[in-house]
Amino acid sequence: MARMKFLCDADRCIECNACVTACKNEHEVPWGINRRRVVTLNDGKPGERSVSMACMHCTDAPCAAVCPVNCFYTTADAVVLHSKDICIGCGYCFYACPFGAPQYPRVGNFGSRGKMDKCTYCSGGPEPDLSVAEYEKYGSNRLAEGKLPLCAEMCSTKALLAGDGEMIAEIYKQRVIKRGYGSGAWGWKTAYRETVAI
Amino acid sequence: MRRAVTLLSTLVVATTLLAAPAAFEPAQAQNPITQDGQNPMGAKPTADSVNEEFLFKNADKITGRISIPDRKAANLIQPQGREYQSFREHYLPWIGAAFILGMIGALGAFFLWRGRILTEHSQESGRKILRFNTFERFTHWMTAVCFIILSLSGLNYIFGKRLLMPLIGPEAFGALAQWAKYSHVYLAWPFMFGVVMMFVVWIKDNIPNRLDWAWIKAGGGFIGNKHPHAARFNAGQKGVFWMVAGFGVAMSLTGLMMLFPFALLDINGMQVMQVIHSLIGITFIAGILAHIYIGTLGMKGAYDAMGSGKVDLAWARAHHDLWVEQEQAKTASGPQLTGRHPAAAE
Repeated sequence: MARMKFLCDADRCIECNACVTACKNEHEVPWGINRRRVVTLNDGKPGERSVSMACMHCTDAPCAAVCPVNCFYTTADAVVLHSKDICIGCGYCFYACPFGAPQYPRVGNFGSRGKMDKCTYCSGGPEPDLSVAEYEKYGSNRLAEGKLPLCAEMCSTKALLAGDGEMIAEIYKQRVIKRGYGSGAWGWKTAYRETVAI
Repeated sequence: MRRAVTLLSTLVVATTLLAAPAAFEPAQAQNPITQDGQNPMGAKPTADSVNEEFLFKNADKITGRISIPDRKAANLIQPQGREYQSFREHYLPWIGAAFILGMIGALGAFFLWRGRILTEHSQESGRKILRFNTFERFTHWMTAVCFIILSLSGLNYIFGKRLLMPLIGPEAFGALAQWAKYSHVYLAWPFMFGVVMMFVVWIKDNIPNRLDWAWIKAGGGFIGNKHPHAARFNAGQKGVFWMVAGFGVAMSLTGLMMLFPFALLDINGMQVMQVIHSLIGITFIAGILAHIYIGTLGMKGAYDAMGSGKVDLAWARAHHDLWVEQEQAKTASGPQLTGRHPAAAE
């Protein structure tokens, strides 16, 4: 089985936010929730770079560890998913997540957030693959259809890469060697405790 | 004249614009893309590009600009999440278990050693004196009921998945935890109100004074059978009062930060609030366990103070002699003294 990862090549990202829009549309993500976002670093200064960030599907995921109801699970493809039936919306996973991935619909007073929502790596949830219930809770399941996450698939500059960790690391490595520079695999050290060695 | 100036300036501008590209062309031709990754401008883009290592040297998290209204989304990477994870999963359960089981163990050992503290029979046995009025008891029990539910639902955040979930299964536990969360969030309000009320009602009798020092030196009557002098509250009770006031305020402030997440704090602030809230919460629970023990099982006659509100006069004389004198001086046959046979009187 593959070990699925995301890699954003910041030297290619043009901050078009198409990945954000594609994600919202594909999964019909509710208003106010962003499973993916683009953060611009050194904005307006020399060396400005933009990084598209969502759930990194960490190794030893902090969200899963701190969850008081153990609603997270890791698939055979190393994708970190969760069950909205068990989630209580306590918000602990947001405190633990290094990447700010968990999102909560506002449903009531006093921080009573709704069920957590986050990037599923386009692979749904615990419900049967491609079922209506799965779509309503987690959005579409492209992995079950043999496709990769839409954000990376439709990235116009191919800055955002999704797929098996070793394969996308190899693609990135080739790019860096060919063009002679690269600002690195953002978040990899924190998420996977390793980075792309070039 | 004016027309001539306008014409001249237009001509100058036009000439400059036309000449500009020509001026840059030779420079560009001299700087083609070279094999070592040099770009046409002659600078290596990597040289001035930000990278993770550099940003982490200057700050503990990487933050940028975001085009959505969610301010906290501007954080790109906050590795402190891993530290929070480590505290919550590796330290907190052990600290919690040590404090709470340690306190239960200590109380058990104390009970085996000292047994139930009884009051010696005296002439005044059987007569009652009002210790806490209805309002005081209402305030106490409102806060106490909230505290117990808050404790259990709070401990559920730490121990639920370890102890309860394997027993009742994930679905039932999820539903239970959801209700526990609601109760934790909503009962926080009457609890905070209760702490404030108790503080206002009892502060006047809880100012530490010289008597407390003597009480502590005498071992508070726990060791041996001698009872040191005490006014309405002895040093131990004052300790409980100030613990509830101090911890209550600390729990309220950190709790309020979580009731309104990210209203005042950033992600690291939220993590610190969580850590403080959990550590004080556990200490608070251990402290209140001792309070519950001595108020019920540990001492005969103590529960009546918060139960019916009226305590045995012999008990009151033994534990709070100065307070009894004060009350009796106010009104020797007043309302706080009931008949010798309360059962017949009521």
